[in-house]
Amino acid sequence: MAERTAFDAVVVGAGPAGSSAALALARAGRSVVLVERGPFPGSKNVYGGVVYGRVLDDIVERWWEEVPVERWIVRRSTMMMTGTQSLSVDFRSDAWGSAPYNGMTTLRSRFDAWLADKATGAGAVLVTSTVATGLVRDGVGRVVGVRTDRDGAELHAPVVIACDGVNSFLAKEAGLLPRAQASHHTLGVKEVLDLPAGAINERFGVQDHEGVDMEILGCTRGIPGGGFLYTNADTVSIGVVVALPQLAESGVRPEALIADLKAHPSIAPLLRGSSLREYGAHLIPEGGFDTMPALAADGLLIAGDAGAMTLAAGLWLEGVNFAIGSGYAAGRAADRALRAGDCSALGLASYRADLEGQFVLADHKRLRKAPALVLSERVQQRYPGLLCDLAEGMFTVTNPVPKAGGLRITRDVAARHGVKLRELAADTVRGMRIFG
Amino acid sequence: MSVTPGAGRWDGISFEERMATVDFRVGARAHITVDADVCRSCTTKACVTACPANLFAPTADGGILFNYEECFECGTCYMVCNEAGALSWTYPDGGHGVVFHHG
Repeated sequence: MAERTAFDAVVVGAGPAGSSAALALARAGRSVVLVERGPFPGSKNVYGGVVYGRVLDDIVERWWEEVPVERWIVRRSTMMMTGTQSLSVDFRSDAWGSAPYNGMTTLRSRFDAWLADKATGAGAVLVTSTVATGLVRDGVGRVVGVRTDRDGAELHAPVVIACDGVNSFLAKEAGLLPRAQASHHTLGVKEVLDLPAGAINERFGVQDHEGVDMEILGCTRGIPGGGFLYTNADTVSIGVVVALPQLAESGVRPEALIADLKAHPSIAPLLRGSSLREYGAHLIPEGGFDTMPALAADGLLIAGDAGAMTLAAGLWLEGVNFAIGSGYAAGRAADRALRAGDCSALGLASYRADLEGQFVLADHKRLRKAPALVLSERVQQRYPGLLCDLAEGMFTVTNPVPKAGGLRITRDVAARHGVKLRELAADTVRGMRIFG
Repeated sequence: MSVTPGAGRWDGISFEERMATVDFRVGARAHITVDADVCRSCTTKACVTACPANLFAPTADGGILFNYEECFECGTCYMVCNEAGALSWTYPDGGHGVVFHHG
């Protein structure tokens, strides 16, 4: 007979969602086990990555004094490019470079381990190198624990919180997530490149612990998606995120897209002399609000990527903060259900209500139409080139030919890119409705 | 873009060199299994180009040859696979598989 150990709660996955859930439960005095399949928290995780820390304010006091930060983001650049052009909107703020900060680059092996330490410090039991292979149910089908691959040992509890990531096999087993749905997922591939801190400071126009966040449109050979370039302490992270079905149809290899980006005339000088430190890849659940699963079943909650909580809304690309916010809320909801002695889906329903009242579901709901617009054919394939040509038309001095007016240039450029002015106007209005 | 596809070699980095930057703690059990008979009837073989670790290779008889050792555990292969039953995918045993240090 397999060994059984009982807790108040079992949390699966020691990423930001799981560690936050375990932290909330441990702080409430609950016995909680945090099961991680990797040898250490963060070892299975890849992200862009920037973490937006505001969500931590209520969870770890003065977190910025202890978090394993690479650089604090003070510059944010949105770039549109063609093979030979680029147009950037570049914002910089001193306010983001001092406490309480806005966003930071950090590496998941360090950040996730730091957050897991918070949970164990509060009393959670972390078990690494252990896969939760399936749900344990009671006679009436309620989830009452998980099976593990440690000699079949079972971990039992009235409530299980599945924070087992984008492929969440526990949420799939519970019927909350479909087995596979390529259309709701993007693939992120990333290279971390060694680059001395001094070179980063000079090339990106920053100093000390300041960092830069660049989001790039038009660098994915027409496959819906985008690119990114983030500065770490003495490395940079560069990569692309592309829609899975179109990637599969294109026959383009993912690493070829990174190579394109690295060779671009606006990017190559920033990376000169760098060398590859680590290559990696991860799926992202980018379907947004309308593709989110039910978040509770009898004895089960799901949080973070398992609940499709990555916000991929073009202007805003966030995930870790949503994982932390949802995980912590799941932990608190589980504690309330345990106190009430009702861990049924109904007893756990305060979780969703909590998320709806804060950014986690409010942002997703507000921006529910953003993923479709951002990944649309015009935004992906026509507008980067159109806007670059518009800038080139405006800024190219044509003496002795007199300057054409802005409207004339816009009309000519739009026609050249197969875009009607009313389509441009309609997309502008659509964008304002979604983001405004 | 001006870069044209070559034989798996981009900006001077061979695919083998690329994968050599990643820490894999290979387990004894294959966590991916492929039913080559099902694959032979597949016309797209999307896994071959989409897998970021390049683990799937088409064979001369129309099947798929794969290895599981250097897998990112991302899930791309089973998500893009359109042949029911062709590919089964689980996590590697605890403590095994990819270990990202700069993820």
